Amino acid sequence: MNWAIALPEIVLAACGLLILVIGVLRRQDATQICTMLTLGAFLVAGGLVLTRSAGVGYFGQFTVDRFAVLAKLLILAGAALSLMLSLDYNRRQGIGRFEYPVLMLYAVVGMMGMVSATSLMTLYVALELHSLALYVMAAFARDDLRSSEAGLKYFVLGALASGLLLYGISLVYGFSGTMDFAALAHALASPAQVSPGLIVGVVFVIAGLAFKISAAPFHMWTPDVYEGSPTAVTVFFATAPKVAAMALFMRVMVGPFGHLLASWQLVIEIVSVASMVLGALAAIGQTNIKRLMAYSSIGHMGYALIGLATGTELGLRGVLVYLIVYLFMSAGTWACIMAMRRKGLAVEEIADLSGLARTDPALALAFGIFMFSLAGIPPLAGFFGKLYVFLAAVQSGLWALAIIGVLTSVVGSYYYLRIVKVMYFDAPGEAFDRRPSMIGFVAAATGLFTLFFFLFPGPLVAAAGSAAAALFG
Amino acid sequence: MSGLEQVGVGHFLVLSAILLVLGVFGIFLNRKNIIVIMMSIELILLAVNLNLVAFSAALGDLAGQVMAMFVLTVAAAEAAIGLAIVVVYFRNRGSIQVEDVNLMKG
Repeated sequence: MNWAIALPEIVLAACGLLILVIGVLRRQDATQICTMLTLGAFLVAGGLVLTRSAGVGYFGQFTVDRFAVLAKLLILAGAALSLMLSLDYNRRQGIGRFEYPVLMLYAVVGMMGMVSATSLMTLYVALELHSLALYVMAAFARDDLRSSEAGLKYFVLGALASGLLLYGISLVYGFSGTMDFAALAHALASPAQVSPGLIVGVVFVIAGLAFKISAAPFHMWTPDVYEGSPTAVTVFFATAPKVAAMALFMRVMVGPFGHLLASWQLVIEIVSVASMVLGALAAIGQTNIKRLMAYSSIGHMGYALIGLATGTELGLRGVLVYLIVYLFMSAGTWACIMAMRRKGLAVEEIADLSGLARTDPALALAFGIFMFSLAGIPPLAGFFGKLYVFLAAVQSGLWALAIIGVLTSVVGSYYYLRIVKVMYFDAPGEAFDRRPSMIGFVAAATGLFTLFFFLFPGPLVAAAGSAAAALFG
Repeated sequence: MSGLEQVGVGHFLVLSAILLVLGVFGIFLNRKNIIVIMMSIELILLAVNLNLVAFSAALGDLAGQVMAMFVLTVAAAEAAIGLAIVVVYFRNRGSIQVEDVNLMKG
């Protein structure tokens, strides 16, 4: 048995135990040391992910291919960015406890398992490992009512979604006789094997996974959890878990259920259109920027699902490019939101940004770049993300999806541009507090990526292309 | 007394579907207490387990029973975390009535 195939996950989990012990034994500065050690563990895991060769282990339950490698690197990058941002924020909010990096580490182990899962059993266990850590993180500010309410809502709805997913898994298992992805794909290749019970199971699985990527109509938790959780946790929610859940969604849909494309294509199309429309319309009336970003993320998942709905290699390449771009631009946007502090208190209203261009031109510029990119205005990175999925949709003949996508982008750009207008043309308010250097660093790095993506899209698109090809292997 | 032989996998499927529906309705129609919601979640997971074990027996394949063990374990962890969050929430809010969970509209 090729156990070393999961070495990055094993090392990361062992590091988690070690860091937990160090955190308990150290009285002073435990948070700082544990955060740094966790960042180091992410780095080591990233190195191991890069150097491992592809293969299958654990009796076909765990697979490492180019797709898994790309997704794992993205997950580690997103988690590292949000962990860097969290250290100073948590301390200022009075929630700087060393359990935070450990919880994030175990969520990352779960996510890395999710993208490598090639059996329904691995899928479920990894998904739950990541979900359970996220429930606790949402309620991490335990003396804050809003945070504990966010945790409670996320837990109840998340557990319901897991239950539905699991019910789907049990039906798929019962009506096909196997949990292995390769065996499922083989069994479902002949239409005689496809029974109505199996299709019901697939629909349940889609519902559970759509919840995890917060696509409409399973999005109802997103705005509340994004608003209520501490912003450091929201940064994490908006980056790594989105990539992991979407990658898992892609693997499940084109792997075991690839032959059922005709059955699930319409479901994904409906979910995609509903997410895009909801993301564009519901965000318009928001005054809280965290809530607005929650609706924005629902919309963005809708665009990414266009690529999945095509069910082609080109479409999946589009989704992966979209995830790469979205990870960095949303991390940057959230870094800017974290910089919104007055007199030591976090402020979250869009009106608080008024006249930012005069009080803090650098932050306003970074915020502006991210808003234009989220709106999908060329030549910023967000435009290319949309371009590749729309291109794939058009080539697969899904004209309606592409047209709805363009229309909702236009509607959506209203509320992104409104923030730019508030920052550049409204009367300036009181200046924000001095921001810690880490926020400046993350915002600058992701901002440069977003701004100059158009100069070097080749290597990233090629990497996404070979990762998508690995799924169709 | 030959009734037991006539119990097939179909009966288990119907029972588990009923349990699932009860669980889902318990979450959405319940206006009283968060603990009831947690019980409904457990009901859903038990429905799944029943399904898995019944399929496993009918197929003569052990994977379903192994999966049921995993589900049991995860359900225990999930219940522990859920109750912890409920305790934290109660300390801040002083109530676990479902209609009081309304600070953020959504």
